Amino acid sequence: MNIVVCVKQVPDPEAPPASFKIDAAGSAVALAAGVNQVISPFDEQAVEAALRLKEAKGGKITVISLGTNLARDVVKKPLSMGADELILLEDEAYAKGDSYSTAYALAAAIKKIGTFDVIFCGRQASDWDAGQVGTGIAEILGIPSVTVAKKFEAIDGNRARVERVTSDGIEVVETSLPALVTVSNELGEPRYPTIKGIMMAKKKEPMVWKPADIGVNPQQIGVAGRRVKILKLYQPVKEGKCEIIGGETPEESATKLALRLREAKVL
Amino acid sequence: MADYKGVLVYCEITDSKLSSIATELLGCGKKLATDLGQELAAVIVGSGVAAAAQEAITFGADKVYVVDDPALKEYQAEFYAQAMQKVAAQVLPQVLLLGQTTIGRDLTPRLAFKLNTTATLDCIELSIDAQSKKLLQTKPVYGGNARAIFTSDTFPQIATLRAKAASPLAQDAARKGEIVNVAAGIDPAALKAKVVQTIKEEVAGIKLEDAKVVVAGGRGIGNAEGFKQLEELAKLLKGAVGASRPPCDNKWISDSVQIGLTGKIITPELYFAIGLSGSSQHMAGCSGAKTIVAINKDPEANIFKEARFGVVGDWKKVLPALTAKVKELAG
Repeated sequence: MNIVVCVKQVPDPEAPPASFKIDAAGSAVALAAGVNQVISPFDEQAVEAALRLKEAKGGKITVISLGTNLARDVVKKPLSMGADELILLEDEAYAKGDSYSTAYALAAAIKKIGTFDVIFCGRQASDWDAGQVGTGIAEILGIPSVTVAKKFEAIDGNRARVERVTSDGIEVVETSLPALVTVSNELGEPRYPTIKGIMMAKKKEPMVWKPADIGVNPQQIGVAGRRVKILKLYQPVKEGKCEIIGGETPEESATKLALRLREAKVL
Repeated sequence: MADYKGVLVYCEITDSKLSSIATELLGCGKKLATDLGQELAAVIVGSGVAAAAQEAITFGADKVYVVDDPALKEYQAEFYAQAMQKVAAQVLPQVLLLGQTTIGRDLTPRLAFKLNTTATLDCIELSIDAQSKKLLQTKPVYGGNARAIFTSDTFPQIATLRAKAASPLAQDAARKGEIVNVAAGIDPAALKAKVVQTIKEEVAGIKLEDAKVVVAGGRGIGNAEGFKQLEELAKLLKGAVGASRPPCDNKWISDSVQIGLTGKIITPELYFAIGLSGSSQHMAGCSGAKTIVAINKDPEANIFKEARFGVVGDWKKVLPALTAKVKELAG
């Protein structure tokens, strides 16, 4: 199996809410010092799905990441987890894209890779939560896609069975290959890199593909290719009027809470 | 833009009737259409769904496009995308709205790329800019830590709206509208990815989305046994149990009760957040609750910024006493 995984470097979504601020121009998120860059969590699960498939059927995993200032220790994590190759679409021209211009560049890079059976993406990135790049890549490449997957099994070289999460259960989808699958957290925790994996990843240099390398028009990628414009970015004001119910003991607080809720007519 | 006119709303059907998100979208769409001075149209896709068309008119649609075909009985992504692509090409709406649901989040990006336009998913507010007459799309980003207002240059302008973000119009049986049938024009043999089985999880008691009271636990609950205690309070209040993501990932409780940005979005009257830090990702699913009550041993936990009432303490000691008192008050 030739497997491709798309991963995105994002600010750690687990950072405390107070570390996310908006810049003075109201156009970008400014992060507090000390917020780490990480692979977007659903994308790590996409890597995990790829590794499970490789364990079951053999093959090669190629990881692609698009962005600027990609920290090598961050974007190499999939290699240290067991992926084989890393391609970086790293250039100012790719930066600040929307789902459309990002999917366009990633699809062009995947075309350049040539042979692929399955493409895994996270269901949405934890920064913009757009949830469209994966499906977009599939539409551009003209291949079927299955979204929000919790399980992927290749039936043979031409077909796969995917379980996708719905609001009240799961759907089982059979798809022809090649196909694109977006992965959700229900797949299970991604594995930790092994020491051996980390050593291997250190030695491996990523390939960097510039827009000319993948044959895209710079006007169609990154900020130039955006179709969605950001008019304003802001943070909702929180009232923060929590009434803390105290007591000598936790039990007393609990009793007082019940009485207070009754008094406020919420019970 | 001149060729694109009006608002088109995709109406999901549940048990042959409009789903609640469909009526909310019609309410929102009507307002946008009025601001544009244009028509509100609805589109219904399925098999044996014609009766819902009249219902859409009573909820505000001026025109309803119906794609009724046996092959569309269940949601098959490729068929639905093709059918919607056909309707959109026929109607040429300026604005196309769908719900942020299992179907909407899957169907919308497919459609946006097929129509060579763009979409914004999971909006919480939609309006028409008074000057440009374009759709303004407000959406939580960075896991709910910020909000963005987007607009777009290509048509139709497509957006999905979060459940409970808009109110339906009062149903009016006297409203008149036009129903237009559209042939699906799909080829069942061409389906590449096919839903072969649907497995619905049985829910004991009240469904989380319908519950007036929700008792939710977070990482602090620690194990599956802990959730049994939450269940006790939920039962007493005729409510449902929910969870943030960590308990689901740790298999202490079913994935289907995950509340948050990528789980369920609920708006109960009363929400107990127990052993739960209140991350933005989680709050995205419950911030519409009327009253939030927090129990957490960490006084700095973000949940106390979100809650109306709170107790700082170990839930293992607080919850049993709370449950006992609630039981006593209920007599």
